Amino acid sequence: MSGTFVGMPAFPKAAHEAVGNTTLRGNLRHATHTIRAKRANAVAEVSDWAELREAGKRIKDHTLRHLDRYLEQVEESVVAAGGVVHWAADADEANRIVTHLVKMTGESEVVKVKSMATQEIGLNEALEAEGIHAYETDLAELIVQLGKDRPSHILVPAIHRNRGEIRDIFAREMGEWGRPAPEGLTDTPAELAEAARLHLREKFLRAKVGISGANFIVADTGTLVVVESEGNGRMCLTLPETLISVVGIEKIVPTWRDLEVFLQTLPRSSTAERMNPYTSTWTGTTDGDGPSTFHLVLLDNGRTDTLADEVGRQALRCIRCSACLNVCPVYERAGGHAYGSVYPGPIGAILSPQLRGTQSEIDASLPYASSLCGACYEVCPVAIDIPEVLVHLRERVVEGGPVTREGNRVVLKPAKGHATERAAMRAARWALGRPGALRTGQRLASRTRRLHPRALPGPGKAWSGTRDLPAVPAEPFRDWWQRTRGGKDGGQ
Amino acid sequence: MRVALFLTCVNDTLYPDTGRAVVKLLARLGVDVDFPMAQTCCGQAHYNTGYRHETEPLARHFSDVFGEYEAIVTPSGSCGAMVRELYPRMGERARAEGRGESLAATLAPVVPKTYELTEFLVDVLGVTDVGAYYPHKVTYHPTCHGLRGLGLGDRPRRLLQAVKGLELVELPGAEECCGFGGTFALKNSDVSAAMGADKVRNAESTGAEVLCAADNSCLMHIGGTMARLSTGMRPVHIAEILASTEEEPAV
Amino acid sequence: MNSRERILGRVRRALADVPGDEASYERAVARDYLREHGERTVEQTVDLLAENLADYRAIVHRCTADDLAATVAGILSARGTRTVLVPPGLDPGWLAAVEGAERVADRAESTPHELDGVDSVVTGCAVAIAETGTIVLDGGPDQGRRRVTLVPDHHICVVRVPEQVVSSVPQALERLDPVRPLTWISGPSATSDIELDRVEGVHGPRTLEVVLVGEV
Repeated sequence: MSGTFVGMPAFPKAAHEAVGNTTLRGNLRHATHTIRAKRANAVAEVSDWAELREAGKRIKDHTLRHLDRYLEQVEESVVAAGGVVHWAADADEANRIVTHLVKMTGESEVVKVKSMATQEIGLNEALEAEGIHAYETDLAELIVQLGKDRPSHILVPAIHRNRGEIRDIFAREMGEWGRPAPEGLTDTPAELAEAARLHLREKFLRAKVGISGANFIVADTGTLVVVESEGNGRMCLTLPETLISVVGIEKIVPTWRDLEVFLQTLPRSSTAERMNPYTSTWTGTTDGDGPSTFHLVLLDNGRTDTLADEVGRQALRCIRCSACLNVCPVYERAGGHAYGSVYPGPIGAILSPQLRGTQSEIDASLPYASSLCGACYEVCPVAIDIPEVLVHLRERVVEGGPVTREGNRVVLKPAKGHATERAAMRAARWALGRPGALRTGQRLASRTRRLHPRALPGPGKAWSGTRDLPAVPAEPFRDWWQRTRGGKDGGQ
Repeated sequence: MRVALFLTCVNDTLYPDTGRAVVKLLARLGVDVDFPMAQTCCGQAHYNTGYRHETEPLARHFSDVFGEYEAIVTPSGSCGAMVRELYPRMGERARAEGRGESLAATLAPVVPKTYELTEFLVDVLGVTDVGAYYPHKVTYHPTCHGLRGLGLGDRPRRLLQAVKGLELVELPGAEECCGFGGTFALKNSDVSAAMGADKVRNAESTGAEVLCAADNSCLMHIGGTMARLSTGMRPVHIAEILASTEEEPAV
Repeated sequence: MNSRERILGRVRRALADVPGDEASYERAVARDYLREHGERTVEQTVDLLAENLADYRAIVHRCTADDLAATVAGILSARGTRTVLVPPGLDPGWLAAVEGAERVADRAESTPHELDGVDSVVTGCAVAIAETGTIVLDGGPDQGRRRVTLVPDHHICVVRVPEQVVSSVPQALERLDPVRPLTWISGPSATSDIELDRVEGVHGPRTLEVVLVGEV
């Protein structure tokens, strides 16, 4: 993934700073709570939500379980419709392909539709290194790009910024990139949107190369689908002469009809709308309408490794709606940057350690960035059991075991940082396997209870720093039960 | 019916009052409950921290201890969910690892007959008015594994609404996690504490004296936060409210 | 080995656990969801379309076929339109009453900059979806290439009711040809990117006026 994230600290450390940042906490709380209520209403409007969710899950599962066949079908259909298909095993290869294609056009700038896949591979940086300027055109991506910032949300990458901060970024930076912000720009969202319209318009109108991702690829027709709101997607998909779409191999659905499920569940889960303002579909090229050259880059970059894990592969069902971020109490407080990936929140916590592996400090800590409350699973429109995968990845971290990396089967060692915990868990399991040992421990705790400190030393501070410890009772329940024969002897 | 109380290791060690309340409540409703002395722990903390293989002996032990009872009642949504949701999954994983049917077969019998306390009262005994008396203003926090894992729905609220003298007030943001999450409370203590503080502030805003829940692990976190923030509110397990009567009121 | 073979090989190895006799696509995908939500008369479906279009800030007009020319002319004149883009196959009768606005044809060689100078565009549509308040363009002769409804800031879309109206997304997909480039439009362009609050009017046409024409 993008070099921006290399060397990220582990999640708890990054979250520590976010929790203490009151502006950030306020921004996130406001935004996530606004969208939560709206999403609930949009979902409640359709009586067959559960059935749509089940169908979406099954379509994606079926496709993933026969992905080789569908990949070949996609290639065949797209080529038949006039497109060119490229295959990229990793980020470097995808970046090389796209850079080469742009250079072949002789252009030195491209306009981009918001795309998670191109962020994941760090395409903008790769293009910049070759002297090609990539302009992000989605409003939130523009805010991030102008602010030299990192995205913190899948749908709304600048969710960590409030309107005042956005105004300041526009006023300060737009002139560096093109048309400056209007004089006297205020922080009303309508004015900020207008400023973005004016700033980007000149770029759209002269663009010769557009770069996009896709929400879906339909295998039987070779159709790509982009779901958006602002019209920047339409601009990039129709005005340039050359269109390059970089799409993860998990974005395939088998048939045109399958869209009837996702075009209902995605907008309601994502922006909480019955339908997003604009959806574009295109099949290869069309004479006299839109780009005359179309390239599709099919991206692996860790997806086949994820597919090899029978429990973890369900993460590939994700349609990037971000409903799980919006309901997550941990995301709300830690913010998106703490996840150290373009995929933050609950889905990021299961996707990043699978796409990248669990070796780095941040990736080994992500499976623990959850209280396992299950709110993410409840809202997921393709029923990804995120808590199940989190626990599965915790197991990978502490126990190690066989995994697939870059297509090769390897056996991971248990993570070093967990040695003490592992010993404690073993000891606890030993004691808990023996009622007598448990009882001895309980009695010891009860008898020494007047000596217990109010605050714990060492790692225990993680508890007692913010919470009082419970008082240990005079006797455990089992002693009372035995002494009174379950209260029958009247003892209380 | 032979009914066993699966109290859980946390309640046994730290919250014996909850256990006594369950025994008293069930006795009042005509259920003679047994406490198998060999019981220890369902293994939830091990499992959720990533030690599935360390969990397996604990799950087998659970099945040995409770297998012959007709119903197993537990005053913990999360331990109930561990047995009902995750024991079958452990069996499946063992099978997928090529270790055969043994674990699945051992654990299968206890799964369908394990009930969280409020489920047992409403679904098995068919009561919502348990004859309790508790003259306090109470707000109810539905804990995550009870709410989303077991699907307890409005059972706890129906039971509380039928308690004489009890004034039940809505908890804003009730369905949001309190931030306990087992080892999450230690591994991500900053976020956990922030979630706990928000939960406590929401509880305070109701003006209730008591925050009630059906899981003492969450209450340990919420109560510890309440004490540290000097709110004057206290956490009480639902079993202690339902066990309280005019003759023998809970404090 | 090229990357195509490498990726396909990785996929096949990753799926080693999938049995060869797994259920077919048709059997694996349960479609227990509804074809449409609720039962409505034709009139009610058209009313719902109007309601949902308006809910996402499209301006809705309703008229009979006889009044269409006057309605379109009225909209353009109220807007103060001086130039109006006309797709090649648009029924000339729709613009018969327009006075004072120059008709501009979309020529293959016209540049996006030229289109940017045009005030309004009038088109038909392929289908409209009542439940979501969506109109779909498929590049038919009365709609033109995609850019004509994108660059001008004012889009007037004529929907023939009830024949072009369906209730739901599944019904719309049945009517559409995937080979044609499609644009689904639900209200004017909008964004939720500032504090997740919806604001209308970014890059696409900031004013969308939909004329529902017919006897319903």
